[in-house]
Amino acid sequence: MSERSLRARVTQEVAEVIATRRVGAYQHITLVAPGVAELARPGQFVALAVGGETSGTLLRRSFSIHKVSPSGTYGGTVEIVVSAVGVGTRWIVERAPHDTIDVVGPLGKAFPLPTAPVACVLVGGGYGSAPLFWLAGELRERGCHVEMVLGAASEDKLFGVVEARRSSDGVTVTTDDGSAGQRGWVSDPLPEIIDRTKAGVVYGCGPMGMLESITRVAEAHGAVAQVAVEESMACGVGVCMTCVMPVVGSDGRTRMVRSCVEGPVFRGDRVRWDAFDGGHARVPDDAVGAPKVGGH
Amino acid sequence: MVDLSVDLGRGRRLPNPLMTASGCAANGKELHRFFDVADLGAFVTKSVMADPRSGRGTPRMAETPSGMLNSIGLQGPGIGAFVEEDLPWLKSVGARVLPSIAGSSSREYAQVAATLRDSSAFDSVVGVEVNISCPNVANRGLVFACDPMASADVIGLVREQLPREIPVFAKLSPDVTDITTIASACVEAGADGLTMINTLLGMVIDTDRLRPQLGGVTGGLSGPGIRPVAVRAIWQVRQAMFEGRLPTVPIIGVGGVRTGRDALELVAAGASAIQVGTAVFNDPSAPVRVLRELCELLSAKGFERFSDAVAVAHGR
Ligand SMILES: Cc1cc2nc3c(=O)[nH]c(=O)nc-3n(C[C@H](O)[C@H](O)[C@H](O)COP(=O)(O)OP(=O)(O)OC[C@H]3O[C@@H](n4cnc5c(N)ncnc54)[C@H](O)[C@@H]3O)c2cc1C
Ligand SMILES: Cc1cc2nc3c(=O)[nH]c(=O)nc-3n(C[C@H](O)[C@H](O)[C@H](O)COP(=O)(O)O)c2cc1C
Ligand code: FES
Repeated sequence: MSERSLRARVTQEVAEVIATRRVGAYQHITLVAPGVAELARPGQFVALAVGGETSGTLLRRSFSIHKVSPSGTYGGTVEIVVSAVGVGTRWIVERAPHDTIDVVGPLGKAFPLPTAPVACVLVGGGYGSAPLFWLAGELRERGCHVEMVLGAASEDKLFGVVEARRSSDGVTVTTDDGSAGQRGWVSDPLPEIIDRTKAGVVYGCGPMGMLESITRVAEAHGAVAQVAVEESMACGVGVCMTCVMPVVGSDGRTRMVRSCVEGPVFRGDRVRWDAFDGGHARVPDDAVGAPKVGGH
Repeated sequence: MVDLSVDLGRGRRLPNPLMTASGCAANGKELHRFFDVADLGAFVTKSVMADPRSGRGTPRMAETPSGMLNSIGLQGPGIGAFVEEDLPWLKSVGARVLPSIAGSSSREYAQVAATLRDSSAFDSVVGVEVNISCPNVANRGLVFACDPMASADVIGLVREQLPREIPVFAKLSPDVTDITTIASACVEAGADGLTMINTLLGMVIDTDRLRPQLGGVTGGLSGPGIRPVAVRAIWQVRQAMFEGRLPTVPIIGVGGVRTGRDALELVAAGASAIQVGTAVFNDPSAPVRVLRELCELLSAKGFERFSDAVAVAHGR
């Protein structure tokens, strides 16, 4: 290994697609990326280039790491679950086995694991469940009781219900339209589950609105929320400052922090949910360096 | 082997012409995970102002054909934290640093330059880039770089603060009627070189919500899509130098460089050094890759010295 790769906690590699299959509304893709597989922890993500070296689509697309197998038959593999919503994700889901994709990762901070074997509830919205099974496995290895709540708009947008049953001690499913599990939101069954299991931590991954509500429920029921956010990212590696959001630091002050390096996992009660509004996040007036009245 | 060394003015020589672009590489640590930042001719840091700044709200980006729009609002730690943390770190890894400074008044630029000059790691600084594409609070927020007098004022004050052996680069905006006028005002005020170009002002509307996509409404356009604008700006200013309309000073070319071929294009138009910005978001090691590709290309074309290729397209 070169001096550089020893220094690096992140790698860039041209990964071969070895498997790709449709799962409900999503595409589950397996990539040969031994460098990423070796370093990654649950909650981290990868950033994929779109469309080859001369592509006019320059910005990388980020995906939570669903699973890694550091020593698979093909060398280390990394799995992701992709929802095709625009040009980049469409290109990615159209890749066939043996095609290659340029991957940078692992990126960001992983889910922190409790030091004692406390009960945990893992909540995933849509493809947001993707990183949670791996997390569930690690938690159970530490002796934690793990329950999962998977929610989505409809049944086809749920990911991993069968895997959830294998990976946890109890699964609750919710859909907005009632097409699977109970009708409603993931936050509906959450209070009962936290109380019953005396959960100490609620892990969440999914849309911002959902993360905000599970933070509130966790707080009200005496648990800590650890949430993985999704912000628009131009670089994913910490150099562009596009992915910021207002977060309270250990000194009690709010800063616009980069969710790609200081996140994507944040303690829910540190996120300034009051600043978010329909896809926009304002700079709170009390944030460090916020524009002053009459200033810039 | 092609001799890649470049002369930045004031006796400063760099081992090669490749640099990061301000705001596209943070302050070094992040990219050092991908390549050794000391391998670059110089590392250009994010524009820093006097005080900490939160920057703007989000969304701060929109993808555009072969590029992007950004509206960061010069988020940064302020010059105090920069000289205490970032600059010493860059020095510790052996980087040659070209700090970029900014301000909302000419006095603020001068104050930032003075703090930089008095800092302990200043010996790692090979030059200072002055980002004059900032709103001038004293003139209803008109960008300094759009006004030759305001640009000259800033450059003059910054030049006074810095030791003789430190070259000062004025970073120009392409959003002006005649870029040679601004270039000339900056050089006359004491700039030892010019960096061209900063982003172009642009805007994107989110057609789902039918509202501006960026939290800051307008933003700076960058990436390969703007490369012809950079080539044009460099060409025009270099042409004006040939015609004696302003003194000949080194130009640092920036705008849409993604490959060695792209770099050569800016060099042939008149750039003596090259910065790689947005392409880093696509490929974190783009600056060193572009250097390698440029070197191969120069060698294939029979150039023994990089400097022989600078402005070579003029008069052909
Ligand atoms: C940390 C993180 C983890 C993610 N994990 C997953 C995952 O496991 N599975 C999955 O399907 N998607 C995931 N996403 C969202 C995914 O990155 C976006 O859906 C994707 O970038 C959209 O690209 P596009 O070209 O298809 O859409 P377009 O709308 O054409 O994209 C235009 C631009 O906006 C950005 N963008 C658009 N939507 C999002 C978004 N929701 N989040 C971030 N950037 C966006 C794109 O990166 C691109 O630069 C994750 C995002 C982040 C930040
Ligand atoms: C996200 C982003 C942030 C930038 N921040 C700065 C900055 O702080 N100071 C500055 O002088 N230029 C800044 N720029 C402009 C770049 O340095 C460069 O001039 C411009 O992007 C054109 O080069 P490129 O096409 O290679 O990116 C920024 C550009 C981007 C994309
Ligand atoms: S995405 Fe560029 S800093 Fe986070």
